[in-house]
Amino acid sequence: MTLFLRSRFPNIIRQGIVNGSLPRRFFSHSSVARSAGAFPSLHSLSEEERMLRDSVASFAKQKILPKVQEMDEKEKLDPEILKGLFEQGIMGIETEVEYGGAESSFLSAILAVEELAKVDPSISVICDVQNTLVNTLFRKYGSEFLKEKYLPQLASEKVGCFCLSEAGAGSDAFALITRADKKDGHYLLNGSKMWITNSFEAEIFLVFANIDLSAGYKGITCFVVEKDWGVSIAKKETKLGIRASSTCTVNFDNVKVPEENVLGVVGKGYKYAIEILNEGRIGIAAQMIGLAQGALDNALPYTYQRKAFGQPIAEFQGMQHQFAQVATEIEAARLLTYNAARLKEEGKSFVKEAAMAKLFSSQVAEKAASKAVEWMGGVGFTREFPVEKYYRDAKIGAIYEGTSNIQLSTIAKIMSVDYK
Amino acid sequence: MSNIRILVGCKRVIDYAVKIRVNAARTAVETNNVKHSLNPFDEIAVEEAVRIRQRLPSRVSDIIALSCGSAKSAEVLRTAMAMGADRAIHVEAEDIKLQPLSVAKLFRAIVEKEKPNLVILGKQAIDDDSNQTGQMLAGLLGWPQITFASNVNIEDDNLKVTREVDGGLETLSSKLPAVITADLRLNEPRFATLPNIMKAKKKPLVTYTPQDLNVDITPRLEVLSVTEPPPRQGGGTVGSVDELVSKLKEVGAL
Repeated sequence: MTLFLRSRFPNIIRQGIVNGSLPRRFFSHSSVARSAGAFPSLHSLSEEERMLRDSVASFAKQKILPKVQEMDEKEKLDPEILKGLFEQGIMGIETEVEYGGAESSFLSAILAVEELAKVDPSISVICDVQNTLVNTLFRKYGSEFLKEKYLPQLASEKVGCFCLSEAGAGSDAFALITRADKKDGHYLLNGSKMWITNSFEAEIFLVFANIDLSAGYKGITCFVVEKDWGVSIAKKETKLGIRASSTCTVNFDNVKVPEENVLGVVGKGYKYAIEILNEGRIGIAAQMIGLAQGALDNALPYTYQRKAFGQPIAEFQGMQHQFAQVATEIEAARLLTYNAARLKEEGKSFVKEAAMAKLFSSQVAEKAASKAVEWMGGVGFTREFPVEKYYRDAKIGAIYEGTSNIQLSTIAKIMSVDYK
Repeated sequence: MSNIRILVGCKRVIDYAVKIRVNAARTAVETNNVKHSLNPFDEIAVEEAVRIRQRLPSRVSDIIALSCGSAKSAEVLRTAMAMGADRAIHVEAEDIKLQPLSVAKLFRAIVEKEKPNLVILGKQAIDDDSNQTGQMLAGLLGWPQITFASNVNIEDDNLKVTREVDGGLETLSSKLPAVITADLRLNEPRFATLPNIMKAKKKPLVTYTPQDLNVDITPRLEVLSVTEPPPRQGGGTVGSVDELVSKLKEVGAL
């Protein structure tokens, strides 16, 4: 079996040996083992992935669904829901067991984000940032000291956030001006970050600051900052969508950060930021496909009940064709997302595919949510029904973690290598 | 005061949220490509076993999940272990052949093998709604049975169980060993958390066949046909009580 696998999936074996065990999905479905030469479809999940997906779906439906509208109206995350996310073990999905996590696959995280988004995209992004940005940065670049100290906290009780953007630095992230001045054995952070997801609830901040502005982006360094070292949360944005997810301005005024809290290597922060955002965008793609599916799942049952001109409106061919088109696009977006996730698991290059997944998923989500409102007609437009929220939530998909224009440029740049 | 060893029954059934359809041959409900999950009452049974352990940690020495069914039944056993069962036993047999009496006989064989002193089953499976297996098992074992349990208390070797009956609530006491069947309000089952899902992978799962256990599962009941209920006819409105009475007489209801 191993010889056969080695010839077909060399990268997987390499990674499998490094990790100490082969990716579980290859032993999950008995028909894979029996049909020699078969490559599992992207619908194949390991048993744990399937169980996690079902468990998160149940949790979302029973615990989160009743509170979605209230959290949206109050623009506030219910602390019980946050506690529930930690209790379900989905705030440390890939984190190694020795650091308090579940040591599951990347796709497990993607599935959790997707299932949460079907019910509430706000909750989904909280789980996404924690897993695909914060945890992964610690796991990849953190010293043993930082990993041992913070990963268990992030897995069990503390929210983390990713502080890169500023008022003058969004897509042009390297134009950031938050400073980190080196003193004896510590740094002093000064500056202001903007648009930071999770910041209101966060206790651990991953802050990108420049230790030497004259060096340009090569001075950008990532710091691990604890809330009670003087981080102040300023303006909480009032938003169009994902309102239960906090988005705030975060201020640093001579915040003292010990030297050991530099994440990775000084001056390499720019590299970490780019790399982590490449992975993070697969997470956003997952949020978007969950959103699209949630909108569809909410609208369609209504259309099979609502009658006009003597029949349920869902049975008109015009409607049927629209359903089919949207469902096809959601499936395509889902496959792009899952494939990017599996490529990453396999250790293969995935930057282009991740950008494609995020770009396309955000477009599909916007369209699906928009159609869902239309299909439900007047009631779809009211706040009494959940679809209008999906419509509002969808817009952010084209904006955060790399705007759609950035994704297009990224894809084109990689493509040009083959054709220039 | 003896150790408590709990055996919990798990059945893989069509998920409760699925809209079921009768198959083309009209012999059964369509199960192909349909979402299945652990029978909700069995989920409650597993949850109760785990809660009994939480209440009496030093006394519960073993929680075994048992499922009789096709190869895919192993999925629900993994769920039971993710909820807290220590190990699982799978008796592999064709779903279509299994009926309450044969399942009860298979359970008896496992009880004789594993020697639990408390068996908790869901009160019924949501596919056949038989509500027989627990009662038959107790009869075959010669054990006391307490069905439709909504509350379970264990003190020393005595059970005190509240049942939901038509007239209200009835509390029975019994000695161990006993069979309990779980009703809806017994508890609210936990979600399998990710760390527990990962731990469940390492828990042992043993498979047997009915031949291994010397049980004859030849069906004694034959399903002749399965049909959908007739579609709902539209009603009509009436203007007065007299009109209502005359209409009811017309359709032969009075």
